[in-house]
Amino acid sequence: MSITIEQRRQHRLMTIEKSLATRHRKEKRFRRLGLMAVMTGMTLVAILFASILMRGVPAFWQATFFMELYFDPEVIQLEEKPERASGESPSDFNQRLSAWQTQAGLVNWQVLIDRALEDKLSEDLEPSQLRDLRALLASNERFTLRNKFMDDPSLLGQTIEVKMLASANVDVWLKGNIDRDLADARQQLSAQTRAWADQLYEEGIIRNAFSTALFLNTDSRSSPASAGLAGAFMGSLFMMMIVIALSVPLGVASAVYLEEFAPKNRLTDIIEININNLAAVPSIVFGLLGASIFIGYLGLPLSAPLVGGLVLTLMTLPTIIIATRASLRSIPPSIRQAALGIGASKVQTVFHHVLPIALPGILTGSILGVAQALGETAPLLLIGMNAFVANVPSTPFEQSAALPVQIYLWQGNELRNFFEARTSAAIIVLLALMLSLNALAIWLRKKFETRW
Amino acid sequence: MTNLALIATLLMIMALAYHMGLTRSRAVAAEHDVRMHSRPGYYGALVALWCGLPALALFLLWSFLAPQLIEMLVTHQLPADMVAGMSDRELVTFLRRVTALANERSVSGGGTSEELAAAAHMARLQTFENLSLVALMAVFAVTGLVVARRNISPQWRARNQVERVITIALAASSGVAIFTTVGIVLSMLGETLKFFTFISPAEFFLGTTWNPRFSTSGTDAQGEFGLLPLLWGTMMVSAIALLVAIPVGLMTAIYMAEYAPPWLRNVAKPIIEILAGIPTIVYGFFALIVIGPFLSNVGDLIGINIRTTSALTAGLVMGIMIIPFVSSLSDDIITQVPKSLRDGALGLGATKSETIRQVVLPAALPGIVGAFLLAASRAIGETMIVVLAAGNNPVLHANPFEAVSTITVTIVNQLTGDMDFASPQSLVAFALGLTLFVITLGLNVIALIVVRKYRQQYE
Repeated sequence: MSITIEQRRQHRLMTIEKSLATRHRKEKRFRRLGLMAVMTGMTLVAILFASILMRGVPAFWQATFFMELYFDPEVIQLEEKPERASGESPSDFNQRLSAWQTQAGLVNWQVLIDRALEDKLSEDLEPSQLRDLRALLASNERFTLRNKFMDDPSLLGQTIEVKMLASANVDVWLKGNIDRDLADARQQLSAQTRAWADQLYEEGIIRNAFSTALFLNTDSRSSPASAGLAGAFMGSLFMMMIVIALSVPLGVASAVYLEEFAPKNRLTDIIEININNLAAVPSIVFGLLGASIFIGYLGLPLSAPLVGGLVLTLMTLPTIIIATRASLRSIPPSIRQAALGIGASKVQTVFHHVLPIALPGILTGSILGVAQALGETAPLLLIGMNAFVANVPSTPFEQSAALPVQIYLWQGNELRNFFEARTSAAIIVLLALMLSLNALAIWLRKKFETRW
Repeated sequence: MTNLALIATLLMIMALAYHMGLTRSRAVAAEHDVRMHSRPGYYGALVALWCGLPALALFLLWSFLAPQLIEMLVTHQLPADMVAGMSDRELVTFLRRVTALANERSVSGGGTSEELAAAAHMARLQTFENLSLVALMAVFAVTGLVVARRNISPQWRARNQVERVITIALAASSGVAIFTTVGIVLSMLGETLKFFTFISPAEFFLGTTWNPRFSTSGTDAQGEFGLLPLLWGTMMVSAIALLVAIPVGLMTAIYMAEYAPPWLRNVAKPIIEILAGIPTIVYGFFALIVIGPFLSNVGDLIGINIRTTSALTAGLVMGIMIIPFVSSLSDDIITQVPKSLRDGALGLGATKSETIRQVVLPAALPGIVGAFLLAASRAIGETMIVVLAAGNNPVLHANPFEAVSTITVTIVNQLTGDMDFASPQSLVAFALGLTLFVITLGLNVIALIVVRKYRQQYE
């Protein structure tokens, strides 16, 4: 009898031991699977950043002409820039000045550029080659030249070193973003222009210089090489200012009310569920709300950062409320009891003791909410912010683009070879802004983190 | 005076009122040699509120009512036969042009003599209205100030009153969230009902063809507005996204919660959270220039025709986007499973993976399902990735390698460009938006209930 029990025990142990190897192998496999999942996530982040950086970083440097240019008095036949005479009324002076400016606009600035280029190429050109020549430079550089002269008319008759942007196609060609062996018919530049571009690049007249245009110019249709982010940046800045000014006070106030003051009843329950749901409503629905209420019903202007800011405010509000409530909830009740115990009123307790302690958490949540709003695109498309805007907005009521929308517009540009890099550069700018906001939030959280 | 200057002046007067209340309460205390009910600051604040709030309320009411009143007066003053000859819509356009002229903005085609006359009348009315507003606000502010200042006495419970105002203001702010929801529902419902006057709900919900011709291209043809191809596209893209995100996200969460050494957790968690912070337009661009061409090349290699912009491209990238969402939610839920359950299983000799698979996961299942539902709702509502990478081809088909279109893409397509809220082509965007809202809301509500039940279980 006892032997059979012993045998059974042995038998059981044998089975367990036999299965143990398989079970441990399974254990290892499971563990490896988990590690693989983590690695997949991290690899994806790496691929995403690498591919954007690889494409975008070169776009911060752009093919640029550095050459002497002679402000030929024979071409620039202009009177002297009017000075304000003593006793002249401002309106008279402005009239004279704008007449002069109109005159300056009629000067053929392109000729100056053509001559400077001819000089560099040391070739006598047929008139028929002029087209090829002009394809070298960004088409609006003649206006840059005009503005430069209007600011400083003493340039007349001088030869100065100027810096001018090469055209987008030259930039693409020199960076090798287009297959150099493609047939002529499929190239965007003529064989002559390409040869010139190579020649000037070798002579060091065209160089890759840091592209200030990307940061200082607005979007441009006629001259893609000089398209920049200035307008979009201002638009986003205005929207963020509106979001911060509205959603932070409103969000914190409603979180304080719900967490500290609200009686626990049906109504506050509904508000709470409602806020949780609002946080998960797709952003595009907020865009529809903006289109129908702010634009359709209230008649606010299309494409204005004001409307964008309001829509993004409504979208960020739940995020900030939820973050603030979490932060308030993590404060131990003893703080409140101590304040109440020495005779502070409820409002005094909250505003003098609870809120200051919760501040880091509130700030972190608010920054994260604002960062999220900064990158949001879809609702802005619905309120008309995808319109082409060629100037920097000076108030939130004017038409404007926004950074993410500019990315959307640029990725759709037909000049793919050029704008793929330009878009990636814009994405880098946007991501840099967002990541620094996120880093700030994480730093704040780490610095002020209190464990009770 | 512009509105901004008006409000700024009012704020300055309020600051003055605060100061007056403060000094007055001190003077009263000194005079009667008693303790006041509240500290001087509360009296100051209360006087400022008395001074500012009525004037502010008047201002808001006024800016809401005055323009309508002026329009009414202007219309009244127009020649009767002219008004009679205009439809409602023409009248609205007319008034809009007159308002622009009166505010010295230019209108297209200058302005007719009637318009100019009406504009001059309107400008006069506006000047009058503005002056009377300023005068009335001044009266309100000064009266409030004087009355409140005179009221200051040791018995006046200034703190309680100020605190009541603060509490009301706080409660009002939490109402904004409610108003947002109500606004969403009402605005979309209104436009959707308008849409259903053109197209019957049955045609919309059950139609299998999506072909909204713009009214300019056809004569009277309205186009076909069948929801099903879009719904199908949405489901296909979301399903692919979830197929990517759920396994990776869940395994990440399990590894992070159960296996990862602290250093790895500290490194990997923020990196994966970065994925969550990247704007969706960036994912869309990534899909378009990296993933799409890559998949297309892979397809060429194995002999399948995969389009660069397809349901697969969009779904895959969307999956990447929601990995952190799934993993952080599931991580929270897995760590909430009580330690005693794990200890029990381990004590019986189970290996760690057996514990996880047979004890922890089943216990955490409701919560995890909730997380999946939230992820699904996010995938369905996602816009920019599908706008860029799904290819916009609203046709019913089951091939994930082909282009599809989704509800969100169509909303964007129908509502960008012209903003004409009268044609079914734009109105359909609201019907689609409402459908989207209802679907995501449903998923969220179920998910929240499930997660809440789950939490209660272990509390």
